[in-house]
Amino acid sequence: MARYESLLDAAGGTPLVGLPRLSPTVPDGAPPVRLWAKLEDRNPTGSIKDRAALFMVREAEEAGRLRPGDTILEPTSGNTGISLAMVAKLRGYRLVCVMPENVSAERVQILRMYGAEILFSPAAGGSNQAVATAKQVAAEHPDWVMLFQYGNPANARAHYETTGPELLRDLPTITHFVAGLGTTGTLMGTGRYLREKVEGVEIIAAEPRYGELVYGLRNIDEGYVPELYDATVLNRRFSVGTRDAVLRTRQLVEVEGIFAGFSSGAILHAALAVAHEAVKAGRRADVAFVIADGGWKYLSTGAYGGTLSEAEDALEGQLWA
Amino acid sequence: MAIEVRVPTILRSYTGGQKVVEGAGATLSGLIDDLDAKHNGIKGRLITPEGGLHRFVNIYVNDEDVRFLGALDAKVADGDSVTILPAVAGGALGFAAAAALLGNSSNRPAAAPDPTEG
Repeated sequence: MARYESLLDAAGGTPLVGLPRLSPTVPDGAPPVRLWAKLEDRNPTGSIKDRAALFMVREAEEAGRLRPGDTILEPTSGNTGISLAMVAKLRGYRLVCVMPENVSAERVQILRMYGAEILFSPAAGGSNQAVATAKQVAAEHPDWVMLFQYGNPANARAHYETTGPELLRDLPTITHFVAGLGTTGTLMGTGRYLREKVEGVEIIAAEPRYGELVYGLRNIDEGYVPELYDATVLNRRFSVGTRDAVLRTRQLVEVEGIFAGFSSGAILHAALAVAHEAVKAGRRADVAFVIADGGWKYLSTGAYGGTLSEAEDALEGQLWA
Repeated sequence: MAIEVRVPTILRSYTGGQKVVEGAGATLSGLIDDLDAKHNGIKGRLITPEGGLHRFVNIYVNDEDVRFLGALDAKVADGDSVTILPAVAGGALGFAAAAALLGNSSNRPAAAPDPTEG
């Protein structure tokens, strides 16, 4: 179907495209090993987060936690903020984002364009300062609604009810599903659905490994595991460094014409690892992976050009996924 | 050849500030014992008194999470690269701020937030 009542109805239903040039070559007579990319950049605001934002808002409306005119508070500068800003605008809510003042200019412009209000926390204070600012805002506005994507079951349910069924419909022979691990919603929802329907399917996480600055915790006890995370849904979990993510992101556009953000490069890196293992073992594999968003928002990093080391330096200290 | 171990900033007080140290062992458990012999106290930061991996510590052998490779029994060998990282997944900042906004600790059970708790 290509006609929708509104933009919100057009979320999901993204194409699954084969990657004939990046899929590994198998020896003559061996079973095929194929890579398939789910183009989530084709969602209304250009990222996979539209699915979760829509489900979280709808769930909150149905539960009576969100009423017309309410204010939604979200501490993110990432894709979820952009998705929520669009949904909030169309559903009649005000969105306030709390973010550090050193986020990219594109992010701020996109959020403001969609009508979101932004409260900045001083960059100098790092995450401790962001936490302090967020706490202060919440204390001053106890009536503002937080959807909390890291612990909101509607985030994972969006993928259980949409991403998973779409993949099975388009690729009934699927053997592996690979996606990024952040809130864990995509992997938990899609993974649970596929495990119920496809015997032996493997669910694989690709986790971004950032530069040192991002892990600036004072001690181990300040770590965080999202409430949605259930390790039993996964078969394997890869940590992908900046260099590998950039290399694969460039291959996506150079070899297959897919212009994606760096998290998608990290996901492809893990997908290629399992694909090559399948070739070695002589097993058939249909590996589906997620293109989480397009590359537009990351152009100003400069990491699409120059050497890999220059790109790595450009992304040092940034949350590139 | 030895096993190369990458140490996160917050644990470098145990390694004299070294970012990368070398260790030996046939399993992750053996490797951690070897590391503790050279860098006294580091084991206590990685493993709980009950003997499991600390909840907020992730360890990767050649970029793969050891919890899916047998955890402390995961096989390691000379030439492997082991990376220790604090668990912050998709960005410490967003998580920390989100958790703080809810006024909850990171250990609370999975549930949709109740906005009336403010």
